[in-house]
Amino acid sequence: MKDLTYLTADTADSAVELFAATPGAQFLGGGTNLIDHLKLGVATPDALVDISRIPLDRVEEYQDAIGSGLRIGSNVRNSDLAAHPVVRASFPAVSRALLAGASGQIRNQATTGGNLLQRTRCVYFQDVTTPCNKREPGTGCSALEGYGRHNAVLGASDACVATHPSDLAVALAALDASVVVLGPEGERRIALDDLHRLPDDDPSIDTILEPGELITSVELPRTAVAAQSTYRKVRDRASFAFALVSVAAALQVEGGRVSDVRIAWGGVAHKPWRARRAEDWLRGRAITEQTIRAAVAEELTAARTNAQSVYKVPMLTNTTTLALLRLAEEVAQ
Amino acid sequence: MTEQVARPVKIRTIGRRTDRADGVEKVTGRATYAVEHGVDDGVVDPLHLWLVQSTVAKGRVSAVRAEAALSHPGVVAVIDHTNAPRLHDTDNRELAILQDDRVGFRGQIVALVLAETLEAARQGAALVEVDQEVDPHEVELTEHNATYRPETVNPDMDTDTDEGDVDAAFAQADVVVDHTYRTPYEHNNPLEAHATTAWWESDGGDERLTMFDSTQGVHGVAQSLAPMLGLAPGQIRVRAPYVGGGFGSKGEAHAHVMAAVLAARTTEGRPVKLAVTRQQMFALTGYRTATISHIRLGASADGRLDAIEHIVQEQTSTIREFAEQTASPTRMMYAAPNRRTRHRLARLDVAVPSWMRAPGEMPGMFAQEVAMDELAVSCGVDPILLRELNEPDTDPETGLPFNNRRLVDCLRHGAERFGWAARNREPRATRDGEWWVGTGVASATYPANRMPGNAARVRSLGDGRYAVAIASVDIGTGARTVLSQIAADALDVEPSAIDLEVADTRLPAATVAGGSSGTSSWGTAIVAAAQRFRKDHGDSAEPGLETTATPADDPAEERLSFHSFGAVFAEARVNHWTGEIRVPRLFGVYSVGRVINPMTARSQFLGGLVMGLSAGLFEDSYRDPRLGHVVTQDLATYHVAAHADVLDVDAEWLEESDDTFTPMGSRGIGEIGIVGTAAAVANATFHATGTRVRSLPITVDDFSGADGI
Ligand SMILES: Cc1cc2nc3c(=O)[nH]c(=O)nc-3n(C[C@H](O)[C@H](O)[C@H](O)COP(=O)(O)OP(=O)(O)OC[C@H]3O[C@@H](n4cnc5c(N)ncnc54)[C@H](O)[C@@H]3O)c2cc1C
Ligand code: SF4
Repeated sequence: MKDLTYLTADTADSAVELFAATPGAQFLGGGTNLIDHLKLGVATPDALVDISRIPLDRVEEYQDAIGSGLRIGSNVRNSDLAAHPVVRASFPAVSRALLAGASGQIRNQATTGGNLLQRTRCVYFQDVTTPCNKREPGTGCSALEGYGRHNAVLGASDACVATHPSDLAVALAALDASVVVLGPEGERRIALDDLHRLPDDDPSIDTILEPGELITSVELPRTAVAAQSTYRKVRDRASFAFALVSVAAALQVEGGRVSDVRIAWGGVAHKPWRARRAEDWLRGRAITEQTIRAAVAEELTAARTNAQSVYKVPMLTNTTTLALLRLAEEVAQ
Repeated sequence: MTEQVARPVKIRTIGRRTDRADGVEKVTGRATYAVEHGVDDGVVDPLHLWLVQSTVAKGRVSAVRAEAALSHPGVVAVIDHTNAPRLHDTDNRELAILQDDRVGFRGQIVALVLAETLEAARQGAALVEVDQEVDPHEVELTEHNATYRPETVNPDMDTDTDEGDVDAAFAQADVVVDHTYRTPYEHNNPLEAHATTAWWESDGGDERLTMFDSTQGVHGVAQSLAPMLGLAPGQIRVRAPYVGGGFGSKGEAHAHVMAAVLAARTTEGRPVKLAVTRQQMFALTGYRTATISHIRLGASADGRLDAIEHIVQEQTSTIREFAEQTASPTRMMYAAPNRRTRHRLARLDVAVPSWMRAPGEMPGMFAQEVAMDELAVSCGVDPILLRELNEPDTDPETGLPFNNRRLVDCLRHGAERFGWAARNREPRATRDGEWWVGTGVASATYPANRMPGNAARVRSLGDGRYAVAIASVDIGTGARTVLSQIAADALDVEPSAIDLEVADTRLPAATVAGGSSGTSSWGTAIVAAAQRFRKDHGDSAEPGLETTATPADDPAEERLSFHSFGAVFAEARVNHWTGEIRVPRLFGVYSVGRVINPMTARSQFLGGLVMGLSAGLFEDSYRDPRLGHVVTQDLATYHVAAHADVLDVDAEWLEESDDTFTPMGSRGIGEIGIVGTAAAVANATFHATGTRVRSLPITVDDFSGADGI
């Protein structure tokens, strides 16, 4: 591991300042992803700015011109957020997504901001002896024709077929959350759905954040549909595994027809995949196995698979169908 | 050395639940593992070692450029094939590292970095530049590899066997099952990564090498290293007071051990510590070969086997042969007058495969026991009845009588406890909400092994206390605890009156903790020594009197066929929508002779069952055919069963004693729990869904049809 300078920040402003003043700096949250990368040589910063002590560790109700919701400090630990009573009652998909992720120990350590910015688990990305465009632009993509079980099936490019590993991000994308970021130029809000980018021809950049921008909080708008949400994750073992596919869904039905629906997928793309075409297709229709399958098929027309990832299409279809049918049953009660 | 016939011991504490002798030390963190020893143990001012590995699967090292590494603060030396100490014997190319420029597999050790700190060593290794010439490689096991017939398969068995007229039998069979079964590469992954501390001393020209090693056998390490280093085994001292598991991967020294020893050769006596990383373990410390088993079963309409054929293709490496005995259990498991087994190896440009829990039996019995389930389905016979129908009178391979073959008792007892009678034989007939539900059964077997070459020492300490010494290693199984029980009974005292010393080559020789042979081999030696001690020194020996003895050969081994048996039952649930697989119940019944300590034995059986479940559903080392190495090289990508996967797992054993096999009445228990377990799980998933999966691991995507399973 490369020698580096370790700095700590007490406030969001000082973190941003320290970062700007320190060449080769990187923020350190809970460290559950970044420390691994330091050891593996995947990340080689010259300095760490530890932001985990900044008191951005509260979950608060907010009220603004547009509506109300929850503001989640970026240092709120995954386990605290999952257990928060308001989250459990009004945003069940968020709580379930968090609890479906990692292990109890890691959730205790992992932060909200760090979770969203964790990097892909692509095996080649984590192995510095192999070509990887994300880690070393221009070297090629080993996963394209290599170990492909976790490859993306939507929105990928020949430069990169990695998936984004966060469960939390998928639930937040479904529920129209946004992140609040602070940078040298001040504060801005980014819809979660816009935060992560597709790989195109530069997979080395995961998000639209500018270097030195710090996530200070996540805003989760309170909506009726969010309270009727769920998260279903399919993985290779019963716990402690990343999603093969996952589905965050929220549903409202009026007069037997879908009045509001949210669908986001994990494990299928370089970002949490908000399935807007499927949502559009379902809105106004009755919720049946056939309509859900048709809606999913609509979204998946663009899917690209290979022999190792082809299973994701039926798995995603079936899992989405299951999640929405179960929600419909719950809503009906 | 004195030979002594070991006679059956009077049973007192054997069979009694006894707490682990080292349990408190372990849970309080006071047990010191191979790289945790400090000045108290002679490890003064150590240097740290990091391995530099090849990044091509085949080729040559043309240059190792060390300047950048050497100028990194703390780095002391970079050792490569041009400046490494020379070995006296390089036949074992796995261990003969840095002796020439050849690269035989990706991940091979091509340089070593010594530094004052672990961090400096690691960064130094990252800074070493290795120029490699690349040759084309072949690393993928497929049905199309060029193969050869090894002279023998492990440990020293016939490569092929033929009895009767197999082809004629198949031509006449009413029912033929003919399928190919696959098992993947698996890595042992003990919790404690491999690690070695080594230092050299020179005593008036007499060279001595001292090591703490994470190994399953201290004498084995000394014996394999000594001739290569030009030493007598007595010049090497190896200790392994605590070892955090091995599962076979520490059954012999791998290349990293030689790395530590060679590096230590250059430090003028400073100890060298090497802790292998989890990722490096996937390249360097052994794994189970993938296997392709082509099985044919020919039977009468009612399920009586007339012919069995098991043709195995598996893999070895170019640098050293390792021939897994995958078809060996097929030779002795069921009656059939006509049988054929074959082993063929593809020699690939990969690291050397090695021992992994139940080598041979685990992959071989997966194939055979799924095939038996298919035969049961084809014949419409209950799978337990099918196995009963095909019970042999004598060992089909050797013709010898079985000493104690109780497979049918295991199956019947298990069936009763598991509730087998209530099972609907139809596959895909039971649905519970989202889940298809099924049950499956498989047989298990493992040879009873007792190794020659063990001895033990008993010394009187006075006041009815005894020091008992043997070099055996407790790799976490509870060997310390059961050996104390055995010594206590053999001397007719309480275990608390025994001071047991183990895991040091200065003690009387012990064979490896492997092949389920440890307790049988070491225990018999302890009994022999204790009985000889009593003969020599009587019941109230003066303090200081001692006897070292080795057990006399046992003629019974030539007259009888010794095997353990078991039956494994599994319930599997497969989600109609997602294909997710859960195993809510897993139950094994075993016939293993007398159980010495129910607590540690239970933990071996449960551990074996869990590892079998893990092999059934999760474990899979993906070797990238283009790159040559395993890319699922950490525990986040190489899945083993997590707690949530391990639900109701239980094991029982038949009350019995095998006094012909050991004076304790015990056989081995370390491996049989993994045997057949993956097959039971596979058979249960078939019964649940009607979909037969013949390739391990069985995963969600095996059940993700367009409309669910
Ligand atoms: C074995 C294992 C299994 C796991 N399984 C799952 C799983 O199933 N599902 C899942 O979703 N996750 C899983 N995780 C990942 C885990 O959720 C993430 O590692 C964790 O959420 C990262 O949070 P952190 O605070 O530790 O981030 P860090 O490691 O500290 O940082 C991660 C990245 O985010 C940046 N960063 C951190 N905070 C901020 C901020 N406020 N503003 C700007 N940049 C920031 C850092 O610079 C770094 O690049 C697993 C992890 C492990 C090790
Ligand atoms: S998929 Fe992306 S992260 Fe993985 S090897 Fe290709 S470029 Fe790298």
